[in-house]
Amino acid sequence: MEDVVTKDPAQSAEELPPSETPWQESLRLFRKDRLALAGAYVLVLLLFTAVFGKVLTEWVVVFDPEVVRLPEKFLPPLTFSSTEEVPAHDRPFGGIYLLGTDELGRDVFARMLQGSFVSLSIGFIAVGISLAIGILLGGLSGFYGNVRLGLVTVDTLIMRFTDVMLCFPTFFLILTVVALLPPSIYNIMIVIGLTSWMGTARFVRAEFLALRKQDFVVAATSVGARDRRVIFAHMVPNAIAPVLVSATIGVATAILTESGLSFLGFGVQPPYATWGNILADGKGFIFDAPWLFFIPGLAILVVVLAFNLVGEGLREALNPKLRRR
Amino acid sequence: MQAFILRNILQRLVLVFVVSVLAHSVIHLAPGEPSEVDPANPRMKPEDIAKIREAFHLDAPLYMQYAYWVRDLASGELKSFKDSQPVLGKIWRRFLNSLPLFICATLLVWTLAFPTGIQAAIHRGAVYDRSTTFAAYTLISVPGFFLSYIVILWVVDLFGVPVIGLKTFGMDMAPPLFQTMDRVWHLVIPSLMSALGGMAILSRYVRSQMLEVVGQDYVRTARAKGAEEDVVIYRHALRNALLPFVTMFGFLLPGLIGGSVIFEQIFAWPGLGRLGYEAILARDFPVILTLNFIAAVLTLAGTLLSDILYAVVDPRIRTGLQGDG
Repeated sequence: MEDVVTKDPAQSAEELPPSETPWQESLRLFRKDRLALAGAYVLVLLLFTAVFGKVLTEWVVVFDPEVVRLPEKFLPPLTFSSTEEVPAHDRPFGGIYLLGTDELGRDVFARMLQGSFVSLSIGFIAVGISLAIGILLGGLSGFYGNVRLGLVTVDTLIMRFTDVMLCFPTFFLILTVVALLPPSIYNIMIVIGLTSWMGTARFVRAEFLALRKQDFVVAATSVGARDRRVIFAHMVPNAIAPVLVSATIGVATAILTESGLSFLGFGVQPPYATWGNILADGKGFIFDAPWLFFIPGLAILVVVLAFNLVGEGLREALNPKLRRR
Repeated sequence: MQAFILRNILQRLVLVFVVSVLAHSVIHLAPGEPSEVDPANPRMKPEDIAKIREAFHLDAPLYMQYAYWVRDLASGELKSFKDSQPVLGKIWRRFLNSLPLFICATLLVWTLAFPTGIQAAIHRGAVYDRSTTFAAYTLISVPGFFLSYIVILWVVDLFGVPVIGLKTFGMDMAPPLFQTMDRVWHLVIPSLMSALGGMAILSRYVRSQMLEVVGQDYVRTARAKGAEEDVVIYRHALRNALLPFVTMFGFLLPGLIGGSVIFEQIFAWPGLGRLGYEAILARDFPVILTLNFIAAVLTLAGTLLSDILYAVVDPRIRTGLQGDG
């Protein structure tokens, strides 16, 4: 008996080629995609920027985004602060405006730093909300879809509701609700999250429906595993790939939506700086101070592009159909 | 087939009802009322506000307000809060303004996205594919108004293209030919700018659809029997790749309202999106509600159409239906 047990793994190790787990394979494929890899580097850099931005603008104030220096408004990037007109404690770090100043003489670099954290957290929280709702509803509908509640099944109920939500023009709905609610950064996150879960719900449901018939799930059910265990230990890890992809792209969309709302005047209100509202404010000074317009615009472009490229790279790397080509 | 269509229509009628209830409650449950638009106005006394609330039925319970709305909408007597004009007439006039923009943009999207996507799929991995991929992602990632402003800066000086409104002011006395040309000229930049995003997304879809189809057995068979490459691509592959795009018609129509808010704002285009935006600013509930409702109904009509088209085009679905009974 012992013989068999010790012999078996050794034998299989000799016979099988050195294999990699699916995640390792995906990682290898992802690394081969140069655009996606570049996007991933940008995102890591952005994450650091956001965290340091939060620390340096709010906790240890090195860059103060709120100091108003009227004598030094509309200075182009890389201008030194003149010492006689601005009191010493109001001077920017190092005495230089890396990205210039805006119409109130505020340091654009400090505002962009602060904005990177706010913009990113809008994206993450909105997507977190939409994923939570999408996975919950999609999972319920996929796993307990046949349960009847009175006249209709759970599946019909949830999917019809998803259809209803899909009917509304998303941006117009977001705009309506955000405009009617009192202006608050949390409302924007919540509203974007509440109006963008439908795609997630649909494909989580599809994944669950397909997974339920797979042998390993049937096996897990037949040995008497509880529903909770079947769902969270066996099905969720296998359904997570498309969720990851849509989450990445969702963050990009949320950042764009926020900038669109800012353009229409319903974005995040001061004192919070986001890239969206710096850009929206900057559009008024496009001739006098083009850096106020181009810096946040390009920053949004680069970051959203990075999210989209990483999302697309993940989609290709995680899609078993596209492998081996 | 008739049973299928009938069932679909019935299902959607139920959805229309749910959508209208949902739209109504979202807007009325949100804080902020038309009577509160101008709280600082000293001439607004409490009794005036009460009068306004009564005139607009805002003091009635929610379900009564819903009933009033449905009754007025059905009889065509729904009046705007702002200027007491009939809502449907207002929407119709704006719709006529939006329509040319929408048609031009849609034509641009569909005529340019297909060749780009097909070529990218055929030359998968080549320079053309990679550069269009990158360009597409850039267009998806850029905030629409940022790009539009840059294009405006560049194009107005260079070509003298008008970018404001739908016609030159004071052209009413000009001969009809000049008036038409003037209108067409005004359409160029707005329709191009609102088409770019959709073009990028659609060309990605076309590419991935083509890639999926190009690997199929029947394409290899066509090649093997010696068909010319163009015949293989455009007759055997493309026809099958086209199928899923039938469903996209469904989501085309609501773009008329939701997708155009930002672009109509940029180009001062007096269309539906701007009507919605102005209505939101003025808390003009009947207009907001009716716009949301119309957009939802258009989506439902679109999906109905695409479901039917799908059944007509794809024999597999048709036989599946007959199997169902």
